[in-house]
Amino acid sequence: MSTTETGTAAAGTPGNDGSGAPRRGIAARIVGRIGGGVAQFLLIVVAVVWLVPTFGLLVASLRSTSDNGASGWWKVFSKPGQLTFSAYSDLLGKGDFVDSFWNTVLITVPATLLVVVIASLAAYAFAWMEFPGRDWLFLIVVGLLVVPVQVALLPVAKLYGSVRIGSFHLFGSIAGVVLFHVAFGLPFAIFLLRNFFAGIPRDLLEAARMDGGSEWTIFRRVIFPLGGPAIASLAIFQFLWVWNDLLVALVFADTGSQPMTKWLQSQMRQFTGNIDILAPGAFLSLIVPLAVFFAFQRYFVQGVLAGSVK
Amino acid sequence: MAEVALRGVGKVYPDGTRAVTDLDLGIADGEFLVLVGPSGCGKTTALRMLAGLEEISEGEIAIGDRVVNRVPSRDRDVAMVFQSYALYPHLSVRDNIGFGLSLRKVPKAEIRRQVDHAAQILGLTDYLDKKPRNLSGGQRQRVAMGRAIVRQPQAFLMDEPLSNLDAKLRVQMRAEIARIQRDLGVTTVYVTHDQTEAMTLGDRVAVMKKGVLQQVAPPQELYDRPANLFVAGFIGSPAMNLLQGSLSDGASPARLTVGGQTLELPASVFDARPALRGFLGKDVVVGIRPEDMEDSRLVPADAAGGPAGGTLTSTAELVEAMGSDVLVHFTVQAAQVVTEDTRELARDAGTDVLGKLEGPHTDLVARFSPRTTVKAGDPVTVHVDTGRLHFFDIESGAAIWGEDAGSSREDEE
Repeated sequence: MSTTETGTAAAGTPGNDGSGAPRRGIAARIVGRIGGGVAQFLLIVVAVVWLVPTFGLLVASLRSTSDNGASGWWKVFSKPGQLTFSAYSDLLGKGDFVDSFWNTVLITVPATLLVVVIASLAAYAFAWMEFPGRDWLFLIVVGLLVVPVQVALLPVAKLYGSVRIGSFHLFGSIAGVVLFHVAFGLPFAIFLLRNFFAGIPRDLLEAARMDGGSEWTIFRRVIFPLGGPAIASLAIFQFLWVWNDLLVALVFADTGSQPMTKWLQSQMRQFTGNIDILAPGAFLSLIVPLAVFFAFQRYFVQGVLAGSVK
Repeated sequence: MAEVALRGVGKVYPDGTRAVTDLDLGIADGEFLVLVGPSGCGKTTALRMLAGLEEISEGEIAIGDRVVNRVPSRDRDVAMVFQSYALYPHLSVRDNIGFGLSLRKVPKAEIRRQVDHAAQILGLTDYLDKKPRNLSGGQRQRVAMGRAIVRQPQAFLMDEPLSNLDAKLRVQMRAEIARIQRDLGVTTVYVTHDQTEAMTLGDRVAVMKKGVLQQVAPPQELYDRPANLFVAGFIGSPAMNLLQGSLSDGASPARLTVGGQTLELPASVFDARPALRGFLGKDVVVGIRPEDMEDSRLVPADAAGGPAGGTLTSTAELVEAMGSDVLVHFTVQAAQVVTEDTRELARDAGTDVLGKLEGPHTDLVARFSPRTTVKAGDPVTVHVDTGRLHFFDIESGAAIWGEDAGSSREDEE
């Protein structure tokens, strides 16, 4: 009995301060819920609208060529029996598609790793090491952000054409494509990481220095782990850009080094659809970045600096 | 463990700002030295130069027998406790404490043993697997201490390690730091702006002002024999009362006039300060510690320096009962002391001494026994222990003692 009394008394106290207060609280809560509901509804609508083409692509890739020619993919709901993996098995039987898939991997993985490694080292230097001209150099790097890829295509192609080492030609090689991606990925990567590293408390670096750390140790054991979220975000972005790139591949890759995007593009025909190749091919090229994204997305939301200082 | 020596050390930043000037300081092996002063006095810069985090512009610093001017921090074998603790957020408490050892390639089992030992000293055993973000402020402070302890360095450097803690915890950790330092016997340089911390922790205390060392002495000596106005005003809470007075010539006993009131000075004052005779007939700065004043009704008539010879009358403006004693604020019509030192002290206290009231007028604070019955607004007769007055040269601000007035800092080294 006494507990209920104290309970009601405690619940009643806020109301005593001002009679309007609890009612306003309820109203605010209702408004908040409606507002939240509306926002959620809109988000779901946007997500569905965006997902429809992808879903259509998936369904189309699972139907036979004749079915796709006869009716739209949504007819599959009335005839689920149409679904077949034959397009996938046909595609995976094509040697040049499989080659292009591996080319994409061979371009994307080094282009991502190199950018992460070089950019994080450079960013550490720009953020924490003292050397003459540091700020000017950083400004130049930031300035490079505004150089569009298209401007550089022809000059770089000419430059590549002049690089031959024995039988190796930079132009048309995987290395050439990787190099271009790394060069154009670095300014943004350095910019992003430098700003993140600069936000790491100076005391942490000094503590590590007092603890006996060299610059390299500090980078490897303090900066790199603490930069985790920024580095993960950067890696995902860079991976997606390179994986999805068509333009650079069109200019610099030949048929032996072409990635999936270029191969798929070469399969397009005007007026006649060869959807049995494009749909499963496009879907396969989409699966990998999706998996990468979900594997690393938790790093986006992690706040790692909590509790370090103060 | 080693002795640390700073010889003529100075710091000038590239923009020309001078942070430290000609700092001479010797710290004995195992000694606990506290560097104290208001913010911007160069104490932290001095410590950072010692740590190797700041380049040394002038002079040299030696740790043990080795001059370390050109030695990078990591090779100086000193450990630092930062004001912000600077714990590695991605590492557990165990890895935080053991970080320095693991960088020095100490075997894993040995690191484990050392960390366990340090954790035991600091009462952190139950928290070794937690991350710093899950610890309270006091626990984080302990981890920062632990990181310094396991290194078994030549010296501990502490940069205001307690200033982020609340008052109660600060007192507790202060005692703990004192205990740990005593047990380990490691040479320690401790920077603080809090004179209570300085007095309670230091074997010796070095007071700095605007990059210049003012005095180095054991706490009690610093308190009893401040070398100049700045040290006198900085050490002690409430602060020493400083006011202008004039010494009369010819009279015996000698008389000191402050604000139209006269205090008789016993001969012992001049015995202790031969140089004071040279100031007869001149103006001096008089320093009175709050505890050297008492409600005259509570002073037995036959006490040394008797009530008749040493009383000031005024009106109690504010009475603060502290329990163990009572602080009474009153004013006398004596000129305020305005020197570079007192300006610096006022800046530190966040008050403005200048132009508060017209005419000669100085606020004094006296510490009375709790048995006093003085109320705010009452007339009050304050007994001053004239034997314990402090005198300073009004021009230089230096304390007036013997021939070596103001140079006691040389005695200490």
